[in-house]
Amino acid sequence: MIGIISYLVFFLTIGFVLAIAVLGLNLQWGYTGLFNGGVSAFFGAGAYGVILFGGSNKAGQLIGLGLPYPFAVAGAVLLAGLLALIVGLITTRLRHDYLAIATFGVAIAVENFARNAGPITGGAKGLRGFERPFESAINDPFWFNLAYLIFVLVVLIIVYNILESIARSPYGRLLRAIREDEVAAQSLGKSPARVRHQAFILGSMIMGLSGALYATFYAFISPQDILPILTFQIWSMLIVGGSGNNRGAVLGTLVVWAGWVGSGWALTKFAPVEAQLYVGTIQFIMIGLIIVLTLLTKPKGLLPEQLIISHSLDWTESDRDCANCKKQVGL
Amino acid sequence: MIQNLFDGILVGSILSLGAIGLTMVMHMLRFANFSHAELLSLGAYVALVFDKLLELMVPGLSQTIGGLSLTFSLILAIVISMGVTGVSAIIIDWLVFRRLRDSAGPLSMVFASFGVALIVRNLISLVFGLKSKLYNEEIVFAVRVSTDPLLLIKLDQVFVLGMALVIMLIFHFVLSRTTFGYALKAVSENPTLAQVNGVRLAHMIRLIWLIGGGLAAVAGVFYGLNNQVSFLMGKDLVLSLFAAVIVGGIGSIYGAVAGGFLVGLASNMALLILPSGYKPAVPFLIILIILSIRPMGLFGENK
Repeated sequence: MIGIISYLVFFLTIGFVLAIAVLGLNLQWGYTGLFNGGVSAFFGAGAYGVILFGGSNKAGQLIGLGLPYPFAVAGAVLLAGLLALIVGLITTRLRHDYLAIATFGVAIAVENFARNAGPITGGAKGLRGFERPFESAINDPFWFNLAYLIFVLVVLIIVYNILESIARSPYGRLLRAIREDEVAAQSLGKSPARVRHQAFILGSMIMGLSGALYATFYAFISPQDILPILTFQIWSMLIVGGSGNNRGAVLGTLVVWAGWVGSGWALTKFAPVEAQLYVGTIQFIMIGLIIVLTLLTKPKGLLPEQLIISHSLDWTESDRDCANCKKQVGL
Repeated sequence: MIQNLFDGILVGSILSLGAIGLTMVMHMLRFANFSHAELLSLGAYVALVFDKLLELMVPGLSQTIGGLSLTFSLILAIVISMGVTGVSAIIIDWLVFRRLRDSAGPLSMVFASFGVALIVRNLISLVFGLKSKLYNEEIVFAVRVSTDPLLLIKLDQVFVLGMALVIMLIFHFVLSRTTFGYALKAVSENPTLAQVNGVRLAHMIRLIWLIGGGLAAVAGVFYGLNNQVSFLMGKDLVLSLFAAVIVGGIGSIYGAVAGGFLVGLASNMALLILPSGYKPAVPFLIILIILSIRPMGLFGENK
């Protein structure tokens, strides 16, 4: 029984951590229409950042600032933001798929750096040994993990509420306006390139936060944790849930994460021994199929984006169809 | 130094072949196709299958040509693979991209291409296994062309470079001398006007996939001859191909060829100053530099 509960705690912790990254992607893709092909890079910057800033200096390790935990997380988030600032500076004003290619490249470069810059990142072995706050005070792995789950859930709720209030604010409307029609937004005196850059940085910082929480949970990070497949997993979570809908993003995360964990468990348990090597391969095909089939058959996802219409519109003059939008908005 | 130069030109010729198809698709269908590099691995494996099949059916074909490790059956297999890979590209377009072209934006196609790449790459590894393979198990020794500076060249490499150049030359004549070449130019300059003049757009799109896939297959086999045939080939090459296209300017076929050579050279010359572990990141640096100083590419037009 305790085994099942601690597994459930693990499942939910990682699920909520990933949900934060999916919310960050939703701000970029769902609301602003920015294609980030390198989620794993910004997640990785946060994950490595928190251990580099918060961990203590070990033998052969160049960086290990030993900052108090909140500062380490803040530093990790800023590191992810800095990476996005640089990449966005070059690409957010160009043809839209350049951003996809450049971010995909960042992910490869970050993984490459993590693998090779041994003195800083620990190389392929990764970085371990990170003193987590309250770990020694609680002094019991089960209760500590439970406490950490609650902490992650609180962070997820805070991030969700911030993003929801952004989505409903004039700034949220501006993001969607740029997504729908950049020229029209420009003609109203807005600067699409600058706003796209801001949304890109903010979304990437949220991914960095997710990475920081991930590395804190394991007290360990290695290049294996930031492979490009992570980007595709997070993408599939968003599209299954429904891009442009924060609730959908969280729901999609849990659905796909359950599918991933469940299929891994079923394959290792029931597949013949000689097929065991290919468990990952089959799961990758599954993620690919989820992406392609969702795009083809249900592009709006489980919880489609809800139309938000300005309250100052005169409803009495609108046509019959708009009664529907009112219902959707909840008026 | 000279060794890096030679390796760079060799890899560059392979990248050029792969980048031609990618630049055509990115220009005509307006999306960055992340699954294009998987066509290289597909081509390499299809050639491997037909190579073995032909050897079994006609034992005489297993003879190697001259001092090469290349057999007659592999040459035939390459031709077959070009067709099979080209047709596969058309089928993938028909199954996935065509549907999204009509209903969703170009970024949905970029997104779908990630999914397609994952599916193709891992299906290949599921069918052919995780271990990389060789076309010819015999060990081929390199010829020491000069000792100081050291330059080692395999005859196979000379063949690959020569064939790549010949294929590009043939493609150049197709572009500049045939109706297809003119139609392609017309469609890429102004699709509507080209259609008014009787160019069938759907037909042209199929041809682009066929040619792009065919050239990708050759590139894949050549890469496999030079290294190994591995399902990770596409993953390793995708960023270099994009770098080649962006350096050349999206839509410029000659630009893609030049870009391929440039990226191949830069990646190998970078090894003189960087530890070899950083090689995969070099194409990304090239992309960043080009995008910040000349986003339309070296040969692209300013729009």
